[in-house]
Amino acid sequence: MNDPVDVLIIGAGASGAAVAWSLAETRMRILCLEQGDWVKSTDFPSNGRDWETRQFTDFHINPNRRGNAADYPINEDASPIKVANFNGVGGGTILYAGHFPRMHPSDFRVRTLDGVAQDWPIDYQALSAYFDLNDRMMGISSLAGDPAYPPKPSVMPPLPLGKSGQMWARAMNSLGWHWWPADSAMATQDYAGRAKCVNLGHCIAGCAQGAKASTDLTYWPEAIRQRVELRTRCRVREITTNEQGMASGAIYYDADGIERFQPAEVVILACNGIGTPRILLNSASSRHPHGLSNSSGLVGKNLMFHPYASIQGVFDQKVDGYRGPHICVWSQQFYETDAARGFVRGYTYQFGRGRGPVLTAMSGIATGLIPWGQGHHEAYRRLFEHTAGMLAICEDLPEEHNCVTLDPDLTDADGIPAPRIQYTLGDNSRKMLDHAVARGREILAAAGAREVYVESPMAMAGWHLLGTARMGTDPATSVVNEWGRSHEVKNLFIVDGSIFVTSGGVNPTATIQALALYIADNIKRRLANLFD
Amino acid sequence: MSDRKTVIDVRIGAGASGPADAGLPNALSRTLACIVQMIIPASQTAQLPGADDPRILADIAASLGRDRERVLQALACLEAMAGEQQPGVLFDELPGEIRDGIVTQFRAEQPALATVLADATVRCYYRDDRVMRAIGMQPRAPFPEGFALEQGDWSLLEPVRARGPIWRNPG
Repeated sequence: MNDPVDVLIIGAGASGAAVAWSLAETRMRILCLEQGDWVKSTDFPSNGRDWETRQFTDFHINPNRRGNAADYPINEDASPIKVANFNGVGGGTILYAGHFPRMHPSDFRVRTLDGVAQDWPIDYQALSAYFDLNDRMMGISSLAGDPAYPPKPSVMPPLPLGKSGQMWARAMNSLGWHWWPADSAMATQDYAGRAKCVNLGHCIAGCAQGAKASTDLTYWPEAIRQRVELRTRCRVREITTNEQGMASGAIYYDADGIERFQPAEVVILACNGIGTPRILLNSASSRHPHGLSNSSGLVGKNLMFHPYASIQGVFDQKVDGYRGPHICVWSQQFYETDAARGFVRGYTYQFGRGRGPVLTAMSGIATGLIPWGQGHHEAYRRLFEHTAGMLAICEDLPEEHNCVTLDPDLTDADGIPAPRIQYTLGDNSRKMLDHAVARGREILAAAGAREVYVESPMAMAGWHLLGTARMGTDPATSVVNEWGRSHEVKNLFIVDGSIFVTSGGVNPTATIQALALYIADNIKRRLANLFD
Repeated sequence: MSDRKTVIDVRIGAGASGPADAGLPNALSRTLACIVQMIIPASQTAQLPGADDPRILADIAASLGRDRERVLQALACLEAMAGEQQPGVLFDELPGEIRDGIVTQFRAEQPALATVLADATVRCYYRDDRVMRAIGMQPRAPFPEGFALEQGDWSLLEPVRARGPIWRNPG
């Protein structure tokens, strides 16, 4: 048995890093177990000539395709949307595009405003200061004054518009629709040890320059400096409980595959909307026959992705293509509910700059715009540096039948039962996707596209894993309370995207981290009576 | 289908490995060279090599990685279809128009395998120095030099600012 710790954090990604850093000032003994390892910046694809190829191999966003030692398999046969994640220090922030929007005030009041799903037990105001703190810790580039948001400060200037951004801006202006430079995790200035962005253009597969705010570069060095211990290549199987019904620690497999027990006074789960329910369900015992913290039956239920539509166009004019972060400008013209559209809630457009040479060829062949054979070169020339488009990221509503369970047969390398996801697209989401595609075609036409191709919903786009252990004040309808503590196990906390009540129509990392900081502050404030 | 499967099994197992193909059976090395050339042929006018150029072909064969089994499956499928057309004749020995017909049928019947072949081809083709130069790129990794991106005209935001807030205040 290992020496006991005060706080055991499971998962070193976006939320685990933030909560570790925030709790470090308490001087408690804090340990984080992470199933993956550190990734060196020299290992990222943009160091090499095979920079585009490796996003289809060892830096693929899908763990089943990637199949690295740190990855666990996911049975996703029953889902049209496939999971994207990364297992290692930094978690999903290693393989994310770095879009960094916050959720909006209305996102926390969907039942009150639109009569669907549930309201959150907290509001935008409660998180506002944590959003700001997180933007400073992560080092976010943005332009203050976005009319789609309440006022919020800017940490450093936004990314350049470039050719593509100006093309989108003119198109949106001609339609009278909102656009704004996207909040981005790419540093536009040297910032807290990170070098500024030099437009490598391959941000999703990790930034060799170190300009992208992944938590291995932001929160973790600060937390480790304050004596938080981060132990890598340690895969947790289950959380154990004692006779008092409290979490007593976790059983994990170390780098050599040896089973170990780590005792802890407090356990914090930070494993994302699939990893967290997996551990809770794998922690079933005679005291908790349906899984830990699952008296509501909601662990694993209400899985939300963000359904994405991709709307791409081919232009006569040249676009930025492979130059610069994919992140460019966004639009939230259709974010807030308008009943006339036939659906509730809304979506964000993320406008891109274009594609690299390999992706241009792959998508061109897949869409039939580039033929096999003699016409290949001529068709390719028409598309390369002339193709750009947008993704619509749609709010997903919680539905109990969309869920994470344990696969009866599939296991990971340590023999731990793997997750199985079941997911179908809701009617509201379908209508929203259709609307986004139709408006997207109008935008592309306004920008001068002569050919348009669409994928809706995108299959390989399950980046955001939300809702499977949601927060709330009622133990019958939620898994954790309004400050992240399990209703059932008083020393167990969850800080990742599992606790989202609804998904919003934006990338969730900023909100996940703000929530983690908010929960950490609640823990610190209540230390004297944390388990009451 | 069982006959085709037998042919596939035999052809996958047949022959020694080719010289620059990272262990592909000989017959399938020839199939690979033939099919990648049918996906991306050389162009005299654009001064571009075909994907069967020895350097590119070797890169493709050596880089199959996670797709190796599926590429082998695709190649064996092409050979089986070739055998159905003319027993005993390999895919690359068939007259061009018969091969074209087989490829059309293959793409219609096995779209997923066809995609695996095409993806494996373009992933290596579009990182070849000659090809990158021909399409206007410097043959180098993005890091450390990066790329230039123009700042752009920020006055384009004026109409957006002028319309004022659009967020919904829940009160």
